[in-house]
Amino acid sequence: MAEPRYNRSMATAPRRTGPAEPVALHTRAMDNLEFIRETMEEAGSFTAVPGRGGVAMGITALGAALVASRQSSFERWLVTWLVAATLALAIGAVTMVHKARAADAGVLTGPGRKFALSLCPPLAAGAVLTLVLYRAGLFAALPGAWLLLYGAGVVTGGAFSVRIVPAMGLGFMALGAAALFSPPAWGNWFLAAGFGGLQVIFGLIITRRYGG
Amino acid sequence: MARSSLQPEEAPREAGSQPAVARPRSPEAATRQLDRLIHERVRLGIVSALAVNEALTFNELKRLMKTTDGNLSVHARKLEEAHYIACTKSFHGRMPRTEYRLSAAGRRALERYLAHMEALIQAMRR
Repeated sequence: MAEPRYNRSMATAPRRTGPAEPVALHTRAMDNLEFIRETMEEAGSFTAVPGRGGVAMGITALGAALVASRQSSFERWLVTWLVAATLALAIGAVTMVHKARAADAGVLTGPGRKFALSLCPPLAAGAVLTLVLYRAGLFAALPGAWLLLYGAGVVTGGAFSVRIVPAMGLGFMALGAAALFSPPAWGNWFLAAGFGGLQVIFGLIITRRYGG
Repeated sequence: MARSSLQPEEAPREAGSQPAVARPRSPEAATRQLDRLIHERVRLGIVSALAVNEALTFNELKRLMKTTDGNLSVHARKLEEAHYIACTKSFHGRMPRTEYRLSAAGRRALERYLAHMEALIQAMRR
């Protein structure tokens, strides 16, 4: 039975090595800290972000980008994205619950809950800002605002998870910032690149490395 | 299979009655202050994993620690006896479910342990 955690460095008492081996003590302390860090990182990733859900959400966004690009009015473009966002959120929630159950983890406890709670406030802020920007006629700011806020939620939600999750959030934030300083016509394609491209790429990595 | 190295002198003190960490002046002093209970790898892993999760089930911990039911049970019980973790048993549908949470005493113990490890490293760099 393979037990790498045991074999890598047994937790024998440092005092047994004696004062003549200061380097061993130092190395063992470093090794213990590394073990704690690795365990926390691995435990923090447990059941949190559904990779397959991310891929499905990304494909939904890519489809939405294509449909939205063919709409004749801004209102229809907005409705297309709002429908896609609702569908993507539902996919995310269902796949998160499915992943938690597959791991025999509590849906309302642990990292999944932490991630969801961290993601909710930026999403709520995004909903309010969407209404405000729509009323103000600042349509061009919507893609950037959505990407920035979603990215902020992923960064904070993934702060205690594996590094790839906050990295994905930073990717969203970078795209959001770029969208806000780019021509309005590019907004739809920034959304496709973020909610579609980034989501699919990171979803595949999470699926492969972090249990589905 | 790794076996527990818990010795009689390693018996935990009463929860919450442990003194605040004083920075040891030498590596030897640091090792003397070491909390032997969580120095063992599986127990250190359990406490570390619970430090970043509100709660983890027995099966989650077993998978994280890559260990057996029996081994995990033994180590979890030692932590429970020291009041470092709390265990709740319930039913999820018809399946029994055992969930562990880190107590305030357990979190303090981990913080002390981290401080000791850092003190050891600092002492070596002097």
